[in-house]
Amino acid sequence: MEQSRRRFLKVAGIAAIGLGAAPAINFAASDSHGPGAAAKVKNEAALHAERWGMVIDIKKIDDTLARKISMACHLHHNVPDFTHEVDTQLYPKTRPVNHKQEIKWIWKEKFHYAFPDKEDEFLNEKFHHLPFMVLCNHCKNAPCVQACPTQATFSREDGIVMMDYHRCIGCRFCMAACPYGSRSFNFRDPRPFIDETHPDFPTRSKGVVEKCNFCAERLAKGEQPHCVEASEGAIVVGDLEDPESDVRKLLKEHYTIRRKQSLGTEPSVYYIV
Amino acid sequence: MLEIAVKGSKKYWVWIIFLLIVIGIGKLAYLDQFFNGLMITGMSRDVSWGFYIANFTFLVGVAAGGVMVVIPYYLHDYEKFHRITILGEFLAVASLVMCLLFIIVDLGQPVRMLNVLLYPSPKSMLFYDMLVLNGYLFLNIVIGWKVLEAERNQVEPPAWTKPLIYLSIPFAIGIHTVTAYLYCGLPGRGFWLTAILAPRFLASAFAAGPAFLIILCYIIRKFTKFDPGWEAMQTLSKIVCYAIIANLFFFLCEVFVVYYSNIPGHKTHLQYLLFGYHGYNALVPWMWSGFIMMGVGAVMLVIPRLRSNYVLLPVACAMIFIGAWIDKGLGMISGGFVPSPLHHVTEYAPTGQEIIITLGVYAAGFLVLTILYKLATTVKEEVNG
Repeated sequence: MEQSRRRFLKVAGIAAIGLGAAPAINFAASDSHGPGAAAKVKNEAALHAERWGMVIDIKKIDDTLARKISMACHLHHNVPDFTHEVDTQLYPKTRPVNHKQEIKWIWKEKFHYAFPDKEDEFLNEKFHHLPFMVLCNHCKNAPCVQACPTQATFSREDGIVMMDYHRCIGCRFCMAACPYGSRSFNFRDPRPFIDETHPDFPTRSKGVVEKCNFCAERLAKGEQPHCVEASEGAIVVGDLEDPESDVRKLLKEHYTIRRKQSLGTEPSVYYIV
Repeated sequence: MLEIAVKGSKKYWVWIIFLLIVIGIGKLAYLDQFFNGLMITGMSRDVSWGFYIANFTFLVGVAAGGVMVVIPYYLHDYEKFHRITILGEFLAVASLVMCLLFIIVDLGQPVRMLNVLLYPSPKSMLFYDMLVLNGYLFLNIVIGWKVLEAERNQVEPPAWTKPLIYLSIPFAIGIHTVTAYLYCGLPGRGFWLTAILAPRFLASAFAAGPAFLIILCYIIRKFTKFDPGWEAMQTLSKIVCYAIIANLFFFLCEVFVVYYSNIPGHKTHLQYLLFGYHGYNALVPWMWSGFIMMGVGAVMLVIPRLRSNYVLLPVACAMIFIGAWIDKGLGMISGGFVPSPLHHVTEYAPTGQEIIITLGVYAAGFLVLTILYKLATTVKEEVNG
């Protein structure tokens, strides 16, 4: 009896010291290291939308402008160019390229490739030659997001379909799922094929998928996407849910089409034809 | 029980060493791919899945085919299958090992593989595929091992194996159904967008799996003293016969729908595979030989005199097995990607290195199969001898 009471008191005493000491230790620890939590600051200039959308006025784009738009996007996002001559001193063992494994975010296609379901033998002649700029459609019901087994591809609240290049396992299920061929896979290390690395955007490693990100990194700084800036007014982005937005005004004034509308993916990219 | 595997004849060891050499060569080829990326394959922006995923799909079928011996024996008490049930289960194990290896060699970032578990995504069919494939592998290892061990000790298998055996039946159907769902749920791929895909996958699986099992029975008869039983093999051949006819029938249903409805997005793929499209026709001779082999094999198995011919049976089985491999392994995956969603035609052919890596995976599977079959046949020899 005596024995167990003494043991109880001992244990209780040690426990009390422990309880009292814990906050003290925590206090000392946090004091010596300064505030641990990172501050989350919102950029006041950032552009917001309930659902981002894009309108491309095809009549305003010719081959030269199409090239300029693609270049602006690809250069700033460090998209490799397989025609680029590799610096053999920096990358001595670079193997020959397979151009079928190229990477592209925004590029021109002929009408009947961009809209294969609208093929027509009596189509207005001029449509055969117009460069249709194609890119990720940032679908409302994105099949790629549904397919991704790691949520490396995900839909943001503002409708932008984004990718986490560090989570992607390279299974390429998203590429099979995309009905628009908008996704590219890094079959090899892209860095030898980047002329000048832009520090504003990360380069990718081999083995991950990538695609247009609607210049989310620029919207966050209050800037327009690269393609919009380069397009001389042919490409406009804005909030699809806001009736007063520039894109909604364009949609009200013009007849527009979207790619493979019948699939129900709800693309956010519209074409004025 | 594993000690059995290290006691073998000279032929056994020559075969094991041969497999190890092929695995080694495949591994070297894979290391190069690991460091340099999937650029060493014939895959491209337009055809983003190739030989690895095609063989994966085919082998999921072979694994599921094992259930064709489990159902008659465990659900219908068909005694003749008593001797070969273990062979079906162990064939499933070896096939699943190859399936998982094919998935790993296909990944662009294999070291991040566990992200599938870290960020489980119940909307992705790949998530369920991972669950059922690993589940079926686990079930077959446990069941096969426990039942064989019990046979060796001449006792009844533990009672808890029974529910696992029953569970393995829906899992077998499940692995191939979910594998078909990987493809047939994608809105932009007309070739796969058909509800017949899962039934067709199962039908070709139930033909290819048992057909291979019959061939394995011949090999076992030649190299061991264990006899799987001619009657069991005959029953298996009837299963193969019905299944391959179902597969061909489902295929013809697909052909009818595609050509009669005449919808371009669905038709172009079949057109590419069977007749060529805009001058691209690399797969045409393959596809026709595949279907001819399956057709001739089916006719041979329908006719009792030919089916029961000891020399012709393995020929018919080999034709069906190879035909199903071409149908599923070559046509099914490439066919879905050609033409691309933008109707560009980019053809695909595996590179030499891709084929070497594939052979390495097959050798690894055969190594597992050889060891497991060595255990099974030796135990059966002990018990019967």
